[in-house]
Amino acid sequence: MQIIISNSSKEPIYEQITKQIKSSILTGKLQEGMSLPSIRQLAKDLQISVITTKRAYEELEKAGFIYSIVGKGSFVAEQNLEVIKEKKLKVIEEQLSAVITNSREIGLSLNDLQELLKFLYEE
Amino acid sequence: MENVVELKNVTKKFKDFSVENINLQVKQGFVTGFIGANGAGKSTTIKMMMNLLKPDAGKVNVFGLDYRTHEKEIKERIGFVYDDNVFYEALNLKDIKRIIAPAYKRWDNSLFYQYVERFELPLNKALKKFSKGMQMKASLAIALSHHPELLIMDEPTSGLDPIFRRELMNLLQEIMMDGKLTVFFSTHITTDLDRIADYIVFIQKGKLVFNQSIDEVAENYALVKGGIDLLDTDTEKAFVHVHRAATGFEALTDNRKAAESIFGDSVIIEPASLEDIMYYLKGGIYHV
Repeated sequence: MQIIISNSSKEPIYEQITKQIKSSILTGKLQEGMSLPSIRQLAKDLQISVITTKRAYEELEKAGFIYSIVGKGSFVAEQNLEVIKEKKLKVIEEQLSAVITNSREIGLSLNDLQELLKFLYEE
Repeated sequence: MENVVELKNVTKKFKDFSVENINLQVKQGFVTGFIGANGAGKSTTIKMMMNLLKPDAGKVNVFGLDYRTHEKEIKERIGFVYDDNVFYEALNLKDIKRIIAPAYKRWDNSLFYQYVERFELPLNKALKKFSKGMQMKASLAIALSHHPELLIMDEPTSGLDPIFRRELMNLLQEIMMDGKLTVFFSTHITTDLDRIADYIVFIQKGKLVFNQSIDEVAENYALVKGGIDLLDTDTEKAFVHVHRAATGFEALTDNRKAAESIFGDSVIIEPASLEDIMYYLKGGIYHV
Protein backbone atom coordinates (compact mmCIF):
# COMPACT_ATOMS: atom_id res chain seq x y z
CA MET A 1 0.00 0.00 0.00
CA GLN A 2 1.55 3.23 -1.11
CA ILE A 3 1.01 6.43 0.86
CA ILE A 4 2.97 9.62 0.32
CA ILE A 5 2.75 12.29 3.00
CA SER A 6 3.56 15.92 2.40
CA ASN A 7 4.62 17.84 5.47
CA SER A 8 4.27 21.16 3.70
CA SER A 9 0.71 20.56 2.57
CA LYS A 10 -2.05 22.57 4.20
CA GLU A 11 -4.11 19.43 4.31
CA PRO A 12 -3.88 17.67 7.70
CA ILE A 13 -1.84 14.47 7.57
CA TYR A 14 -4.74 12.24 8.62
CA GLU A 15 -6.73 13.58 5.67
CA GLN A 16 -3.88 12.88 3.28
CA ILE A 17 -3.91 9.29 4.51
CA THR A 18 -7.68 8.83 4.27
CA LYS A 19 -7.76 10.31 0.78
CA GLN A 20 -5.02 8.07 -0.52
CA ILE A 21 -6.48 4.91 1.01
CA LYS A 22 -9.93 5.82 -0.32
CA SER A 23 -8.50 6.31 -3.76
CA SER A 24 -6.66 2.98 -3.57
CA ILE A 25 -9.96 1.32 -2.69
CA LEU A 26 -11.92 3.10 -5.40
CA THR A 27 -9.38 2.24 -8.08
CA GLY A 28 -9.31 -1.37 -6.96
CA LYS A 29 -5.70 -1.42 -5.76
CA LEU A 30 -7.01 -2.35 -2.34
CA GLN A 31 -9.71 -4.95 -2.58
CA GLU A 32 -12.46 -6.10 -0.30
CA GLY A 33 -11.20 -8.12 2.64
CA MET A 34 -7.56 -7.11 2.22
CA SER A 35 -5.89 -6.31 5.52
CA LEU A 36 -4.41 -2.90 6.23
CA PRO A 37 -1.25 -2.37 8.29
CA SER A 38 -1.88 -1.81 12.01
CA ILE A 39 -2.08 1.81 13.13
CA ARG A 40 1.27 1.44 14.87
CA GLN A 41 2.93 -0.16 11.85
CA LEU A 42 1.59 2.57 9.58
CA ALA A 43 2.70 5.28 12.02
CA LYS A 44 6.18 3.80 12.08
CA ASP A 45 6.36 3.43 8.29
CA LEU A 46 5.23 7.02 7.75
CA GLN A 47 7.23 8.26 10.76
CA ILE A 48 4.27 10.05 12.20
CA SER A 49 2.35 9.83 15.45
CA VAL A 50 0.03 6.95 16.26
CA ILE A 51 -2.80 9.31 17.04
CA THR A 52 -2.72 10.56 13.44
CA THR A 53 -2.99 7.10 11.85
CA LYS A 54 -5.60 6.17 14.44
CA ARG A 55 -7.70 9.15 13.41
CA ALA A 56 -7.29 8.34 9.71
CA TYR A 57 -8.56 4.79 10.26
CA GLU A 58 -11.43 6.06 12.39
CA GLU A 59 -12.53 8.40 9.60
CA LEU A 60 -12.28 5.60 7.03
CA GLU A 61 -14.32 3.37 9.28
CA LYS A 62 -16.98 6.03 9.74
CA ALA A 63 -17.21 6.46 5.98
CA GLY A 64 -17.60 2.70 5.57
CA PHE A 65 -14.40 2.10 3.64
CA ILE A 66 -12.80 -0.16 6.21
CA TYR A 67 -13.78 -2.13 9.29
CA SER A 68 -11.77 -3.23 12.31
CA ILE A 69 -11.85 -6.37 14.38
CA VAL A 70 -10.33 -6.04 17.84
CA GLY A 71 -7.15 -8.08 18.05
CA LYS A 72 -7.09 -8.82 14.33
CA GLY A 73 -6.72 -5.48 12.62
CA SER A 74 -8.39 -3.43 9.93
CA PHE A 75 -9.73 -4.63 6.60
CA VAL A 76 -11.14 -3.16 3.44
CA ALA A 77 -14.91 -3.23 3.66
CA GLU A 78 -17.23 -4.40 0.96
CA GLN A 79 -17.78 -1.47 -1.33
CA ASN A 80 -20.69 -0.70 -3.47
CA LEU A 81 -18.41 0.70 -6.13
CA GLU A 82 -21.22 1.52 -8.53
CA VAL A 83 -22.92 3.72 -5.94
CA ILE A 84 -19.67 5.47 -5.06
CA LYS A 85 -18.82 6.04 -8.71
CA GLU A 86 -22.29 7.38 -9.30
CA LYS A 87 -21.84 9.87 -6.46
CA LYS A 88 -18.43 10.93 -7.74
CA LEU A 89 -19.83 11.38 -11.23
CA LYS A 90 -22.50 13.66 -9.84
CA VAL A 91 -19.88 15.78 -8.10
CA ILE A 92 -17.87 15.95 -11.32
CA GLU A 93 -20.95 17.06 -13.25
CA GLU A 94 -21.58 19.84 -10.76
CA GLN A 95 -17.97 20.97 -10.88
CA LEU A 96 -17.98 20.95 -14.67
CA SER A 97 -21.17 23.01 -14.73
CA ALA A 98 -19.40 25.63 -12.65
CA VAL A 99 -16.46 25.52 -15.08
CA ILE A 100 -18.82 26.02 -18.03
CA THR A 101 -20.51 28.96 -16.33
CA ASN A 102 -17.16 30.59 -15.66
CA SER A 103 -15.98 29.91 -19.21
CA ARG A 104 -19.08 31.54 -20.72
CA GLU A 105 -18.58 34.59 -18.55
CA ILE A 106 -15.24 35.27 -20.20
CA GLY A 107 -16.29 34.00 -23.62
CA LEU A 108 -14.07 30.90 -23.62
CA SER A 109 -15.17 28.60 -26.46
CA LEU A 110 -15.90 24.92 -26.05
CA ASN A 111 -12.88 24.13 -28.18
CA ASP A 112 -10.57 26.24 -26.04
CA LEU A 113 -12.03 24.72 -22.90
CA GLN A 114 -11.59 21.19 -24.23
CA GLU A 115 -8.01 21.97 -25.09
CA LEU A 116 -7.37 23.36 -21.63
CA LEU A 117 -8.95 20.31 -20.03
CA LYS A 118 -6.94 18.00 -22.27
CA PHE A 119 -3.74 19.82 -21.35
CA LEU A 120 -4.45 19.65 -17.60
CA TYR A 121 -5.68 16.07 -17.71
CA GLU A 122 -2.56 14.84 -19.42
CA GLU A 123 -0.21 16.81 -17.24
CA MET B 1 -6.24 1.90 32.95
CA GLU B 2 -6.18 4.67 30.41
CA ASN B 3 -3.91 7.07 32.28
CA VAL B 4 -0.54 5.67 33.22
CA VAL B 5 0.45 8.82 35.07
CA GLU B 6 -1.91 11.23 36.70
CA LEU B 7 -0.99 14.45 38.48
CA LYS B 8 -3.79 16.16 40.36
CA ASN B 9 -3.36 19.73 41.59
CA VAL B 10 0.32 19.12 42.24
CA THR B 11 2.27 21.95 43.80
CA LYS B 12 5.91 22.16 44.80
CA LYS B 13 7.42 25.35 46.15
CA PHE B 14 11.08 26.27 46.35
CA LYS B 15 12.62 29.49 47.58
CA ASP B 16 12.75 31.19 44.22
CA PHE B 17 10.68 28.90 42.05
CA SER B 18 7.55 26.81 42.16
CA VAL B 19 5.36 24.58 40.06
CA GLU B 20 1.76 25.21 40.88
CA ASN B 21 -1.44 23.31 40.58
CA ILE B 22 -0.32 20.97 37.82
CA ASN B 23 -2.95 18.65 36.39
CA LEU B 24 -1.78 16.25 33.74
CA GLN B 25 -2.42 12.79 32.38
CA VAL B 26 -0.19 10.48 30.39
CA LYS B 27 -2.23 8.14 28.20
CA GLN B 28 -1.32 4.49 27.90
CA GLY B 29 0.34 3.33 24.69
CA PHE B 30 1.09 6.81 23.42
CA VAL B 31 4.03 9.21 23.23
CA THR B 32 3.55 12.31 25.34
CA GLY B 33 6.00 15.14 24.81
CA PHE B 34 6.68 17.53 27.65
CA ILE B 35 7.75 20.96 26.45
CA GLY B 36 8.67 24.22 28.06
CA ALA B 37 11.55 26.67 28.15
CA ASN B 38 14.60 26.08 30.33
CA GLY B 39 13.55 26.57 33.94
CA ALA B 40 9.84 26.16 33.23
CA GLY B 41 9.54 23.29 35.72
CA LYS B 42 9.94 20.24 33.48
CA SER B 43 12.56 18.47 35.58
CA THR B 44 10.78 19.29 38.84
CA THR B 45 7.59 17.76 37.46
CA ILE B 46 9.41 14.66 36.23
CA LYS B 47 11.12 14.25 39.59
CA MET B 48 7.72 14.26 41.25
CA MET B 49 6.52 11.61 38.80
CA MET B 50 9.52 9.54 39.86
CA ASN B 51 9.05 10.27 43.55
CA LEU B 52 12.50 11.86 43.71
CA LEU B 53 10.73 14.95 45.00
CA LYS B 54 7.61 14.96 47.12
CA PRO B 55 4.89 17.44 46.22
CA ASP B 56 3.82 19.97 48.88
CA ALA B 57 0.23 19.44 47.81
CA GLY B 58 -1.73 17.35 45.33
CA LYS B 59 -1.58 13.74 44.22
CA VAL B 60 0.72 11.77 41.97
CA ASN B 61 -0.54 8.41 40.73
CA VAL B 62 1.45 6.06 38.49
CA PHE B 63 -0.24 2.94 37.08
CA GLY B 64 -3.14 3.99 39.32
CA LEU B 65 -0.95 3.41 42.36
CA ASP B 66 0.32 5.67 45.11
CA TYR B 67 4.03 5.97 45.85
CA ARG B 68 3.36 5.97 49.57
CA THR B 69 2.12 2.41 49.44
CA HIS B 70 3.52 0.95 46.20
CA GLU B 71 6.86 2.64 45.54
CA LYS B 72 8.74 -0.56 44.74
CA GLU B 73 6.08 -1.90 42.43
CA ILE B 74 5.83 1.38 40.53
CA LYS B 75 9.60 1.74 40.10
CA GLU B 76 9.84 -1.85 38.90
CA ARG B 77 7.63 -0.93 35.95
CA ILE B 78 9.36 2.34 34.97
CA GLY B 79 12.41 2.85 32.78
CA PHE B 80 14.10 6.17 33.41
CA VAL B 81 16.62 8.08 31.29
CA TYR B 82 18.19 11.29 32.58
CA ASP B 83 19.85 13.97 30.50
CA ASP B 84 23.12 13.51 32.34
CA ASN B 85 24.94 10.31 32.94
CA VAL B 86 24.10 9.20 36.47
CA PHE B 87 26.14 6.03 36.48
CA TYR B 88 29.53 5.74 38.05
CA GLU B 89 31.66 7.10 35.28
CA ALA B 90 34.70 4.98 36.02
CA LEU B 91 32.71 1.78 35.57
CA ASN B 92 32.10 0.00 32.31
CA LEU B 93 28.75 -1.19 31.03
CA LYS B 94 29.28 -4.76 32.18
CA ASP B 95 29.85 -3.64 35.79
CA ILE B 96 26.92 -1.28 35.72
CA LYS B 97 24.70 -4.06 34.43
CA ARG B 98 25.90 -6.26 37.27
CA ILE B 99 24.87 -3.61 39.80
CA ILE B 100 21.53 -2.69 38.26
CA ALA B 101 20.18 -6.02 37.01
CA PRO B 102 19.47 -7.55 40.46
CA ALA B 103 17.33 -4.53 41.36
CA TYR B 104 14.70 -5.57 38.81
CA LYS B 105 12.64 -8.73 38.95
CA ARG B 106 11.96 -8.57 35.26
CA TRP B 107 15.54 -7.86 34.15
CA ASP B 108 16.16 -9.55 30.79
CA ASN B 109 19.82 -10.24 30.11
CA SER B 110 19.35 -11.32 26.52
CA LEU B 111 17.34 -8.19 25.77
CA PHE B 112 20.13 -6.13 27.31
CA TYR B 113 22.72 -7.75 25.06
CA GLN B 114 20.45 -7.25 22.05
CA TYR B 115 20.43 -3.51 22.71
CA VAL B 116 24.17 -3.50 23.37
CA GLU B 117 24.72 -5.11 19.99
CA ARG B 118 22.22 -2.94 18.20
CA PHE B 119 23.66 0.27 19.65
CA GLU B 120 27.23 -1.01 19.11
CA LEU B 121 28.14 -0.36 22.73
CA PRO B 122 31.49 -1.53 24.12
CA LEU B 123 31.07 -3.53 27.33
CA ASN B 124 34.54 -3.06 28.73
CA LYS B 125 35.11 0.64 28.20
CA ALA B 126 34.64 3.10 31.08
CA LEU B 127 31.50 5.19 30.63
CA LYS B 128 33.43 8.43 31.00
CA LYS B 129 35.11 7.62 27.70
CA PHE B 130 31.75 7.29 25.92
CA SER B 131 30.58 10.04 23.61
CA LYS B 132 27.36 11.84 24.57
CA GLY B 133 25.40 9.77 22.07
CA MET B 134 26.87 6.52 23.35
CA GLN B 135 26.08 7.45 26.96
CA MET B 136 22.52 8.07 25.91
CA LYS B 137 22.36 4.72 24.17
CA ALA B 138 23.82 3.02 27.26
CA SER B 139 21.19 4.64 29.52
CA LEU B 140 18.50 3.57 27.11
CA ALA B 141 19.74 -0.02 26.91
CA ILE B 142 19.65 -0.24 30.70
CA ALA B 143 16.28 1.50 31.01
CA LEU B 144 14.65 -0.83 28.47
CA SER B 145 16.08 -4.14 29.63
CA HIS B 146 13.59 -4.80 32.40
CA HIS B 147 10.55 -4.54 30.09
CA PRO B 148 9.24 -1.26 31.49
CA GLU B 149 5.64 -0.30 30.86
CA LEU B 150 6.47 3.38 31.15
CA LEU B 151 9.59 5.05 29.81
CA ILE B 152 10.29 8.48 31.28
CA MET B 153 13.08 10.50 29.73
CA ASP B 154 14.33 13.88 30.84
CA GLU B 155 15.78 15.75 27.85
CA PRO B 156 17.01 12.60 26.12
CA THR B 157 17.87 14.37 22.89
CA SER B 158 19.68 17.46 24.16
CA GLY B 159 23.23 17.57 22.89
CA LEU B 160 22.63 14.81 20.37
CA ASP B 161 23.03 15.11 16.63
CA PRO B 162 19.99 15.03 14.33
CA ILE B 163 20.83 11.58 12.98
CA PHE B 164 20.84 9.98 16.39
CA ARG B 165 17.72 11.91 17.43
CA ARG B 166 15.87 10.54 14.44
CA GLU B 167 17.12 7.03 15.11
CA LEU B 168 15.89 7.33 18.68
CA MET B 169 12.43 8.37 17.49
CA ASN B 170 12.35 5.36 15.13
CA LEU B 171 13.45 3.06 17.94
CA LEU B 172 10.68 4.37 20.18
CA GLN B 173 8.07 3.69 17.53
CA GLU B 174 9.46 0.21 17.06
CA ILE B 175 9.41 -0.78 20.73
CA MET B 176 5.94 0.70 21.14
CA MET B 177 4.58 -1.50 18.37
CA ASP B 178 2.62 -3.83 20.65
CA GLY B 179 0.93 -0.86 22.31
CA LYS B 180 2.07 -1.78 25.81
CA LEU B 181 4.79 0.79 26.37
CA THR B 182 3.97 4.38 27.23
CA VAL B 183 6.58 7.09 26.66
CA PHE B 184 6.82 10.44 28.39
CA PHE B 185 9.74 12.68 27.60
CA SER B 186 10.72 16.26 28.08
CA THR B 187 12.50 18.19 25.40
CA HIS B 188 12.98 21.63 24.01
CA ILE B 189 13.80 20.25 20.59
CA THR B 190 10.27 20.36 19.31
CA THR B 191 10.99 18.86 15.88
CA ASP B 192 11.34 15.48 17.62
CA LEU B 193 7.78 15.86 18.79
CA ASP B 194 6.38 17.12 15.50
CA ARG B 195 7.29 13.70 14.15
CA ILE B 196 5.98 11.17 16.62
CA ALA B 197 4.31 12.72 19.68
CA ASP B 198 0.63 11.94 20.22
CA TYR B 199 0.06 14.29 23.14
CA ILE B 200 1.80 17.49 24.15
CA VAL B 201 2.06 18.84 27.65
CA PHE B 202 3.25 22.43 27.71
CA ILE B 203 4.47 24.01 30.91
CA GLN B 204 5.54 27.58 31.38
CA LYS B 205 6.85 29.34 34.46
CA GLY B 206 5.70 26.47 36.67
CA LYS B 207 2.17 26.44 35.30
CA LEU B 208 0.52 24.08 32.88
CA VAL B 209 -0.49 25.83 29.65
CA PHE B 210 -2.09 22.84 27.94
CA ASN B 211 -2.26 19.06 27.77
CA GLN B 212 -3.68 18.24 24.33
CA SER B 213 -3.40 15.74 21.53
CA ILE B 214 -1.39 16.97 18.54
CA ASP B 215 -4.65 17.08 16.58
CA GLU B 216 -6.17 19.44 19.12
CA VAL B 217 -3.05 21.60 19.12
CA ALA B 218 -3.20 21.82 15.32
CA GLU B 219 -6.92 22.63 15.37
CA ASN B 220 -6.71 25.27 18.07
CA TYR B 221 -3.43 27.05 17.48
CA ALA B 222 -2.51 28.95 14.33
CA LEU B 223 -0.39 31.83 13.14
CA VAL B 224 -2.30 34.76 11.70
CA LYS B 225 -0.56 37.29 9.47
CA GLY B 226 -2.03 40.47 8.05
CA GLY B 227 -2.01 44.26 7.84
CA ILE B 228 -1.76 46.36 11.00
CA ASP B 229 -5.00 48.20 10.12
CA LEU B 230 -6.96 45.02 10.88
CA LEU B 231 -6.02 45.17 14.55
CA ASP B 232 -8.15 46.81 17.19
CA THR B 233 -9.09 45.97 20.77
CA ASP B 234 -11.92 43.72 19.53
CA THR B 235 -10.12 41.75 16.86
CA GLU B 236 -7.06 41.31 19.08
CA LYS B 237 -9.14 39.30 21.53
CA ALA B 238 -8.73 36.35 19.17
CA PHE B 239 -5.00 36.33 19.85
CA VAL B 240 -2.83 35.21 22.71
CA HIS B 241 0.10 37.17 21.38
CA VAL B 242 0.60 39.80 18.69
CA HIS B 243 3.88 40.78 17.12
CA ARG B 244 3.69 44.11 15.28
CA ALA B 245 6.08 45.36 12.65
CA ALA B 246 5.99 48.13 10.05
CA THR B 247 5.25 45.49 7.44
CA GLY B 248 2.26 43.97 9.24
CA PHE B 249 1.42 41.80 12.21
CA GLU B 250 1.98 38.19 13.07
CA ALA B 251 -0.12 36.75 15.87
CA LEU B 252 -0.74 33.48 17.62
CA THR B 253 -4.32 32.42 18.20
CA ASP B 254 -5.51 29.57 20.40
CA ASN B 255 -8.90 29.70 18.74
CA ARG B 256 -8.32 29.19 15.05
CA LYS B 257 -12.02 29.09 14.18
CA ALA B 258 -12.69 32.44 15.86
CA ALA B 259 -9.77 34.01 14.00
CA GLU B 260 -11.07 32.60 10.71
CA SER B 261 -14.54 34.03 11.27
CA ILE B 262 -13.24 37.45 12.36
CA PHE B 263 -10.71 37.96 9.60
CA GLY B 264 -11.91 35.71 6.78
CA ASP B 265 -9.71 36.00 3.72
CA SER B 266 -8.13 39.29 4.76
CA VAL B 267 -5.30 37.49 6.55
CA ILE B 268 -3.07 34.49 6.06
CA ILE B 269 -3.69 31.70 8.57
CA GLU B 270 -0.99 29.09 8.85
CA PRO B 271 -0.37 26.11 11.11
CA ALA B 272 1.68 27.05 14.18
CA SER B 273 4.61 24.79 15.00
CA LEU B 274 5.25 23.82 18.61
CA GLU B 275 8.21 26.15 18.49
CA ASP B 276 5.97 29.05 17.38
CA ILE B 277 3.60 28.30 20.23
CA MET B 278 6.41 28.12 22.79
CA TYR B 279 7.93 31.33 21.52
CA TYR B 280 4.78 33.39 21.34
CA LEU B 281 3.44 32.23 24.68
CA LYS B 282 6.70 33.07 26.37
CA GLY B 283 6.20 36.71 27.15
CA GLY B 284 2.49 37.55 27.07
CA ILE B 285 1.28 40.45 24.92
CA TYR B 286 3.85 43.08 24.08
CA HIS B 287 4.21 45.69 21.39
CA VAL B 288 7.14 46.08 19.08
